[in-house]
Amino acid sequence: MTETPASAHPAPLGSGPAADAESLPVVAFRHVSLRFDGPPVLDDVSFSIAPGETRILLGPAGVGKSVLLKLINGLLRPDQGSILLFGQEIATMSEERLFPLRTRTGMVFQEGALFDSLTVRDNVAYQLIQERVPDVEIDARVHQALKFVELDQTFDLFPGSLSGGMRRRVAIARALIHQPELILYDSPTGGLDPITSTTIIELVMKQRDVYRTPSILVTHRLQDAFTLSTHRFDQEQGHMVPLSKGQADPNTTYLMLEEGRLIFDGSIHDLVHSDNKFVREFLE
Amino acid sequence: MAFEAIERTAKNIVLTVQDYSLFSYRAVMNLFHPPRYWTDFLIQSNIIGVGSTAIVLLSGFFTGGVLALQSAATLSQFGASAITGRFVSTTMIRELGPVLTGIMVAGRNASSMASELGSMVVTEQIDAMRALGVDPMRKLVTPRLFACIAMLLFLTILSDAFGIAGGGFVTVVMNHQNGTQYLSMAWEHLRYPDIIQGLVKPLFSGFLIASIGCFYGMRTTGGTEGVGRSTIDAVVFSSVLIIFFDFLLTQVLLTFFPPL
Repeated sequence: MTETPASAHPAPLGSGPAADAESLPVVAFRHVSLRFDGPPVLDDVSFSIAPGETRILLGPAGVGKSVLLKLINGLLRPDQGSILLFGQEIATMSEERLFPLRTRTGMVFQEGALFDSLTVRDNVAYQLIQERVPDVEIDARVHQALKFVELDQTFDLFPGSLSGGMRRRVAIARALIHQPELILYDSPTGGLDPITSTTIIELVMKQRDVYRTPSILVTHRLQDAFTLSTHRFDQEQGHMVPLSKGQADPNTTYLMLEEGRLIFDGSIHDLVHSDNKFVREFLE
Repeated sequence: MAFEAIERTAKNIVLTVQDYSLFSYRAVMNLFHPPRYWTDFLIQSNIIGVGSTAIVLLSGFFTGGVLALQSAATLSQFGASAITGRFVSTTMIRELGPVLTGIMVAGRNASSMASELGSMVVTEQIDAMRALGVDPMRKLVTPRLFACIAMLLFLTILSDAFGIAGGGFVTVVMNHQNGTQYLSMAWEHLRYPDIIQGLVKPLFSGFLIASIGCFYGMRTTGGTEGVGRSTIDAVVFSSVLIIFFDFLLTQVLLTFFPPL
C-alpha cells in the first residue's frame, strides 16, 4: 500500500537493464505536475500500471482524474515530470510520433465522444477505415466488436438515435476493435442508471478477465469500483459472478486523487482499512 | 489597473496572432506530407462549392442589376449610358464579384466550420480522433482549407458571370437599352489584368475563410456558449479581413497592373 505522499513511492520503472520487458510497466508516471490557470491540476503524481493490471482511479469531481487519463496517451502534456507509455517517454514526444503510439491504446470518453455524422459501423471501424482495411474485414470485425458489447443491432444506426448507455457501449466497442494493449476508461458509467452501469462494468470486467488487457478506469462511483474487485467474469455462464467472501481480484488496485495530489495507491483491502481522513470521508 | 488590462489585452492579441500563424502554417504544410485525405477534400468541396452556389448566384445577379440601375442613371447625365456594360463588368470582375462572394461564403461556411469543429471540441470528438491516432489538422482542417480556396475561385467566376447577366437584364428589361451593345461593351473593354485581379483575390479570401473558421472552431472552450462565441468571431473576423485584404491586394495589384 502507498499513502501520502505519493512521490515517496516513485513508480517502479523496471529493475535495471536486466529487467524483463514483460514485467516493465505499461504506464509509468514520475513526479508529474500540470497547471492550467490557477492552482495545479496535478501535483507531483507518481504511479504505474503493470501488465495485466486494472487500476481504478477514485476521487470526487474536479480533482484531475480525466486530466490524468489524457496525460497517459499524450492528449495533454505535463509541465513537469516524466510519463512512460509502453516504455517510451511521451512527455516531450512530438504529436506526429504520438499518433502511432496512441493506436496501441483504446480510450473510452466520458460521454462516448462518438462522431455524430458517422454510423455506428463507421464509428467503431474508424481506425480500421483510416488504415484502409478491406470493407469485408471491417464489417466482420465491427460485428464482432458490437456483439462483445451486445449491440449488434445498432450497426447501421447513427449515434443520435442511441441512448446514453448504448453510446458508451459503442464507445467501448470502438476502443476495443483494434485490440489495444492498454485501455483508458474515463467515467464510463457517469450519469447512467444502476442497471446500465452494471452492464458497462460487466464489459470492463469481461475485457479484464478474458483478454487480460491492462487498463485504468476513472470513476467516482464506489459501487462500480468495488464490483470490479469482488467479481470476476465467468466465460461459461456469460456473465459476472461474485468471488468467494473476503476474496478480491489481485490485479485490480486503486488510486485516489485529492486536489491534484495522489493520496492513495494500493489494494482494496488497504483502501477500506485506510486511516487517511479524505479516503475515509470518500468511502463513507 | 488600466495599464494591466491594456497589457493583458495586447498580450492576448499577440498570442492569438501567433497561434493563428502556426495553425495556418501547419494546415498548409500538411498538404506536402502524407497522409492526405482526398475524400474529405471532395466532400468539403461539395459542401462549400455546391452548397454555396445558390446564394452566390443570387447575390451576384442582383448586385450586377443594382450596378446597372445606379450607373445608368448617373451615366445618362453625361450621355454615356452606352458604357453601362463596361462599368458593370469591370466593377464585378475586379472588385464586387470577389469581395461579395467572399463575404457570402464567409457567412455560410466560416460559421459552419467554426460551429462544427467547435461542437466536436466540446464533445471531445477531436480528442477521440487524436486518441484513435488520426491528426485532426490533417483530417479536418487541411481539406477544408484547400477546398475553400479552390471553390471560392469557381464561385467568384460564377458570381462575375451572373453579375454581368443581372446588369444585362436590368439594362434590357428596365432601362430599355440595347442588349448587344451592353454585352459588347462588357466584353471588349475587359483586359487580362482585370481578370487576374479578380481571380487572385478569391485565393486569399478562401484561405482567410477556412483558416479563421477552423482556427476559432478548434480553440473553442466553454461548452455550447463557447461554440456560439467561436461562430460569431469566425464570421466577424473573416468578413472584416476579407475586406481589409481586398484593400491591400488592390493596392499591390494596381502597382503591378496600373490602369490605362
